[in-house]
Amino acid sequence: MIGKEYRTITDVKGPLVFLNKTEPVSYGEIVQLMLSDGSIKNGQVLDTSDDQVIVQVFEGTASVDRQTGVKFLGDVFKLPVSKGLIGRILDGAGRPRDGGPDIVADDMADIIGAAINPYSRQSPESFIQTGISAIDACTSLVRGQKLPIFSASGLPHNDIALQIARQAKLVGSDDDFVVVFCAMGITAEEYNFFVHDLERTGALENSALFVNLADDPAVERLITPRLALTAAEYLAFEHDYHVLVIYTDMTNYCESLRQIGAAREEVPGRRGYPGYMYTDLAMLYERAGLVKGKKGSITQFPILTMPGDDITHPIPDLSGYITEGQIVISRELHQKGIYPPINVLPSLSRLMNAGIGDGKTREDHKSVSDQLYAAYAQGKELRGLVAIVGEDALNERDLQLLKFADIFEDQFLRQSRDEDRSISEGTLDLAWNLLSNIDTKYLVRLDQKWIDKYHPDEKSGKEEE
Amino acid sequence: MSNENGLIYRISGPVVTAVGISPRMYEVVRVGDEGLMGEVIELHGDQSVIQVYEETSGISPGEPVIRTGQTLSVQLGPGLLTQIYDGIQRPLPKLEETMGVFITRGVDADGLDFEKEWEFKASVDKGDEISSGHVIGTVQETETIEHRVMVPPNVSGKVKSIKSGTFTIKETVCVLEDGSEIAMMQEWPVRHPRPFVQKYAPDVPLITGQRILDFLFPLAKGGTAGIPGPFGSGKTVTQQQLAKWSDAQIVVYIGCGERGNEMTEVLDEFPHLIDPNTNKPLMNRTVMIANTSNMPVAAREASVYTGITIAEYFRDMGYNVALMADSTSRWAEAMREISSRLEEMPGEEGYPAYLSSRLAEFYERAGRVQTLAGSDGSVSVIGAVSPPGGDISEPVSQGTLRIVKVFWGLDAGLARQRHFPAINWLNSYSLYPQALDQWYRDNIASDFPEVRTEISTLLQIESELQEIVQLVGSDALPIDQQLTLEVARMIREFFLQQNAFHDVDTFSDLDLQYHMAKAILTFQEEAKKAIAGGGQLEDVVNVPARTDLMRGRFEKGYAERISDLMSEMSKQIDASMEAN
Repeated sequence: MIGKEYRTITDVKGPLVFLNKTEPVSYGEIVQLMLSDGSIKNGQVLDTSDDQVIVQVFEGTASVDRQTGVKFLGDVFKLPVSKGLIGRILDGAGRPRDGGPDIVADDMADIIGAAINPYSRQSPESFIQTGISAIDACTSLVRGQKLPIFSASGLPHNDIALQIARQAKLVGSDDDFVVVFCAMGITAEEYNFFVHDLERTGALENSALFVNLADDPAVERLITPRLALTAAEYLAFEHDYHVLVIYTDMTNYCESLRQIGAAREEVPGRRGYPGYMYTDLAMLYERAGLVKGKKGSITQFPILTMPGDDITHPIPDLSGYITEGQIVISRELHQKGIYPPINVLPSLSRLMNAGIGDGKTREDHKSVSDQLYAAYAQGKELRGLVAIVGEDALNERDLQLLKFADIFEDQFLRQSRDEDRSISEGTLDLAWNLLSNIDTKYLVRLDQKWIDKYHPDEKSGKEEE
Repeated sequence: MSNENGLIYRISGPVVTAVGISPRMYEVVRVGDEGLMGEVIELHGDQSVIQVYEETSGISPGEPVIRTGQTLSVQLGPGLLTQIYDGIQRPLPKLEETMGVFITRGVDADGLDFEKEWEFKASVDKGDEISSGHVIGTVQETETIEHRVMVPPNVSGKVKSIKSGTFTIKETVCVLEDGSEIAMMQEWPVRHPRPFVQKYAPDVPLITGQRILDFLFPLAKGGTAGIPGPFGSGKTVTQQQLAKWSDAQIVVYIGCGERGNEMTEVLDEFPHLIDPNTNKPLMNRTVMIANTSNMPVAAREASVYTGITIAEYFRDMGYNVALMADSTSRWAEAMREISSRLEEMPGEEGYPAYLSSRLAEFYERAGRVQTLAGSDGSVSVIGAVSPPGGDISEPVSQGTLRIVKVFWGLDAGLARQRHFPAINWLNSYSLYPQALDQWYRDNIASDFPEVRTEISTLLQIESELQEIVQLVGSDALPIDQQLTLEVARMIREFFLQQNAFHDVDTFSDLDLQYHMAKAILTFQEEAKKAIAGGGQLEDVVNVPARTDLMRGRFEKGYAERISDLMSEMSKQIDASMEAN
């Protein structure tokens, strides 16, 4: 059956092509379409039966006609993988885009990816220092985690992602990260921004890029992240690399998913997105982690822009149910000119407790983090009250908290794009300095023993003695 | 009949259509050259529609479909405890042995170990009249749990011979006069509830050690509870706390469509946790089912049935079983996905029209029953719900709330304030207190229900006062209302907040809960007196002994010290009045 060409197209609808009467064709099989002008398009079988086969065409169905030849290649979609992927730029379907030669494959890997047996997983617990205080102190990242950035249009999520990619390291280890970068429907401008930055810092040699731009076929976006993750799995679990996967923008991916669903006339779920979007997203996000007996790891940083800044929109909502926390970018902070504008209050890292503390970061990390969070949350709430009743109505404690919220934003959150703060001296000591603006008796979340040891007043007091 | 062969006609994701066979509904079939496991879910002319429990890419029309003649069943017998299964009862450690760390397909694995030998002790004699459900002997399955071997369904008669000794689960241990042979293992189709004599009204609480749950919104043994909440509000932590500390004898934990790393955490943690009731590792009483979000969707649909059937089996031995399903929304979504592939007419939000009846059927399998053997057993079901956007007006939440008797409403706002467990005390409810009050009076304290009412009334009053405070500030309130606010704050921070990750605070028994509640009410009483006698609110609130009382809950031996701390507090409050 391989090599046989069919000219039995009956219907073409959006990105889908319907064919009649073929030999048996496998579900998920790869398809080539030969157009009359000699060009070739690729696709994949979405539905197959004795009478009809439905093919999803990655490059779109423009100029497909009833005379187009269709060839079934007898195999599911596979990516040629080898260590040679590092340092390369590929397009959204896995072909070289950098003018270099084809990848010499050590292996062909199925891009769907099998689920990791939950019994075979290893708990992620190694702290990754990103050098960004807001993340390191309040939503600490650990190796093997999937932590998305919930952003919105017009916010500097790309800068943050790049800064993380540049600065991420394990404390007390020389292991470097390999970055697998996956672009889905981003603009050429954004893409150039990423590539230039990676080039500038020399990180490009340590990265593999899979790129589908805004003017590339939308349907191709459905396979781009799968290629990237297949490459990541190969590098992590066959070659012991620690891989950081950054993909942007998940919102474009979900739009493509909806497009296919609509073309197939499926019953839509919320806001027209298909009912299986949760499962589909899980099949990407769950390809993060560590497994027993392998040295490598996959850590994921998906970026998604929340339509209308709405965190309850199906895309961030379903993502939040799968990922291990989220970093939320705030428009309000951005407009105040604060970079990185990370709102720590709705941000969360579910694996934080496993990765911090004595022997990992510092013994007082948890207490400090809780105290920062509590003080900032109260200070922010007081801003609302002050707007109504004025500062005069506040008592001493409230005034201190109100002031703290300002300095927290201005000195703790704010840092420059190339400022790499170490967790102990850079971030936690800074936190103590700022917290010393509040009377110790109001710092109820801090254990007395940490106050004795780390509070600047106590420390300097001791030195004077 | 049973080995009749057919051919695949169509494949669409996890749904495969076959022609040339006429199976029964819900019969298990083997699909394709690799023999993937599937279940018949629709008959349509000469076509049979099958949901396949494994990934289907690479399968072609024309490949064979083979009937097995059986419906989807679980294997029941010694060896279930401490095990971790996927949605169709394949042991995950076994799968790792055969296919490595990634779950590929076409691998079959039995739910129980057929090789392992168990020490069987017969408890009936030759000549005894036995029937289905009767216990014929026991096996010490784990350190703490005695497995009671029961007569399988549809078997009864007079015992011809029975022997104690070492057997595998498939060996015959008992022969009846009519020649039927009984082994330790039996099978049961997952979609059918196991039989019992009758259901009783639940009248004993399931004690979880979680103060807000036990004290304000208790669940009865054999009861049902729903925990809806948006992401990040602590559903999974709450479920895990229940799996760890609830005083059920057996726990079945279903991770249905959730995160892989979360299941790993449970697997890492449970063997090291000690059951406060038996002082032995919690794992000894636990069966886990893990079908993570990226594992095949049809097996996710089956996982809750696999879990509840195992739970019922232990119930039939006379045990109190607690089942946690995290999350039932993923189960409902699996139904939706299959339903849409079947091109069924959708109900609300794309969910199938039978969603609420399936939910009801599932929760209805909970209950306290008189077993066939005449003993008393129960299955309590606690289902987490993950409503999109945290909005519980969606079909799964609503379908669940119509059935369950306890609603623990998780609140994103509380979670943001780091108030954990983030259960909203104003909109949560439990319909069990009335049925349970007598038990509390008899076993904890005669005024237990009154103390509870007082505590919940205070919280209610606080919420009304807060509305005023929002407008005018707390200083504008009269002093007695300011005191009420202070007392309510104490209830929230000292009593309702509980640190799941703290060694001591993670579990409080009912006695301690009662004393903590009493301490709050004592504070209120003493403070009222002091203020009436001219004391300053600030002085009363700031007596050091109150701080000691509140902080003390993080220290070991708190239960023994709480009465002393309480009288010290009263003394200091008195003194503060005299100081004025």
